[in-house]
Amino acid sequence: MIPAIVVFIYLATVLYIGIFAFRKAAGGRKAEDYFLASRSLGPFVFLFSLFGTNMTAFAILGSSGHAFTNGIVTFGLMASSSGIVIPLTIFFVGTRVWALGKKYGFMTPVQMFRDRWECSHIGTVIFGLQAILLIPYIIIGIMGGGTTLNSISGGLIPYWFGGAIVALVVMGYVFFGGMRGTAWVNTFQTILFLLFGAIAIVVIGAGMGGFRSAAQAMLNSPAFAPLLTRERISPLYFFSYTFIPLSAIAFPHILIFCLTAEKMNHFKKTVIFYPLCILAIWLPCVFLGVMANRVTDVPQIRAKQEARRLLATQGKTMAPEARDDLREKAAGDDVILLLLQRYAPLWLAGLLGAGIMAAVMASDSQILALSTMFTEDFFAFYGGKRRFGEGVQVQTGRLFIVLITMVAYAVALRAPETIFELAIQYAFSGFAALSPLLIAALFWRGSTKWGALAVTLWTASAVVAVAVYQHAVPAPAPGPATVSWSIAGLDVLARTPGGTAVFGFMPVVPMVIVSGLLMIGVSMLTAKPQQSTIQRYFPPA
Amino acid sequence: MSRALLVIIVVLLYALHQDFWFWRTAHPLVFGFLPIGLFYQACYSVAAALVMWLLVKYAWPGHLEEDIRKTQEDSNS
Repeated sequence: MIPAIVVFIYLATVLYIGIFAFRKAAGGRKAEDYFLASRSLGPFVFLFSLFGTNMTAFAILGSSGHAFTNGIVTFGLMASSSGIVIPLTIFFVGTRVWALGKKYGFMTPVQMFRDRWECSHIGTVIFGLQAILLIPYIIIGIMGGGTTLNSISGGLIPYWFGGAIVALVVMGYVFFGGMRGTAWVNTFQTILFLLFGAIAIVVIGAGMGGFRSAAQAMLNSPAFAPLLTRERISPLYFFSYTFIPLSAIAFPHILIFCLTAEKMNHFKKTVIFYPLCILAIWLPCVFLGVMANRVTDVPQIRAKQEARRLLATQGKTMAPEARDDLREKAAGDDVILLLLQRYAPLWLAGLLGAGIMAAVMASDSQILALSTMFTEDFFAFYGGKRRFGEGVQVQTGRLFIVLITMVAYAVALRAPETIFELAIQYAFSGFAALSPLLIAALFWRGSTKWGALAVTLWTASAVVAVAVYQHAVPAPAPGPATVSWSIAGLDVLARTPGGTAVFGFMPVVPMVIVSGLLMIGVSMLTAKPQQSTIQRYFPPA
Repeated sequence: MSRALLVIIVVLLYALHQDFWFWRTAHPLVFGFLPIGLFYQACYSVAAALVMWLLVKYAWPGHLEEDIRKTQEDSNS
């Protein structure tokens, strides 16, 4: 129960930070103050909150779970690729969006698209797709909160109650604190993440009697040695993953966060330190996830390994449902929690549990972003602000936060978690495929609203197509993919154990390339915005 | 530092992510426990931070702030 008490102290602290931010807000009735903290964040808070916003539960729980099953490849796939692509996009796109926001007062990406391409309803279509792709994150955050509190309390706190507590706390500090509260809480959470990695590796390493013998033993085991290399992953799949981080800058909550910096100089530290922050959090989590395979005295870990073994040896002869069941049993998302329970003293397990809660609760900025988008792109755009005033707009945003959290909680209680985990996978590819919108808006004078519409419709269709395909064709057992379509011996479309392959690449690669080509082709064939509009974005030198 | 050189450095860094030369081996174990493939990718992250520092130092889009200042001056006058 001690870890659960420490976690409750943590939850009370973040709630207090949100309420403190509410009291500090100078112009609480102004939309720009509530939704963007008056564009006033300093360099330290900007770096840590932007980074924290992008670190979901996956950074700690998912990364170690993925590494437990797939080995060291997890770091190269998801961490170091993000460490190069995300800072680059912040450098090239984030700074420009910040400058345009400062100049023209934009508060959401759709406001910029509407102005840049002189469109209204196409902006609403983009808003709709962004909102649909964002909602699963909010639901999974609440689910993660319920599961983690249940696990940390040793089952004393039921899932429904844990989820309700997390939903209420997140709703509370977002409701009161708006962007300022969310940014401060994210900063606090990021510091916890960073401490978490360092402490966890020392405590678990000491508990396991050092990592040298564990690593050596894994090398000597034919079953585990491949986890210390990347031989089970194809280079094309590895390359494909460098496209996924393009999604980060296209996420509305990240782009909206870019608008909160007080000065453009604040981006400098963020761009430089982002890869190092990723390294500090992901390296310990990935390494511990791999090393968990050497822990022999935790029955749950043994059960996962047994499920993995059965899947590899008998998976081909099993029914798809039985394979899915085994996959679920083999999943390692809770290995870090199991390692902490086994090796950390009770009080420290509580502190580290708070670090995990910090990761799980990253849905705060998505909730705020959805509220900002709803009030700015929909309520204000369709006349609500003009008719009722800015005070009502902020209150509408707060009401939206309550409603979306309640709906997400209701869904989290009823729907299976795997559905939303899958939805998030699709959402990453979807947002990556939307990234050409930003590149075209900021760097290409010739882009048009019809090009933007083509990109949006293509992205929506591709996400649905991949989801339908993966639902229709069951995932095969570990090993060769099930080829659905080949031309002259070349595999065009295949179902892999982990998803889908198009010409051997993950779907995100063709999705992004086709998006870019559509933007170019359709824009070249359609009418450009007025010259005066283009000149506002590309002033003559 | 010229723009062309910076572009080459960024493209080179992106290409170096695909370290096929450590694909199938865990040896040597750096510090006795860290597989070489993981150690390489960790070093890669540090290299990424250094390249970002170069970009910030030599290719910072300072004209954007200048543009905002001019716009504000125009609207004030």
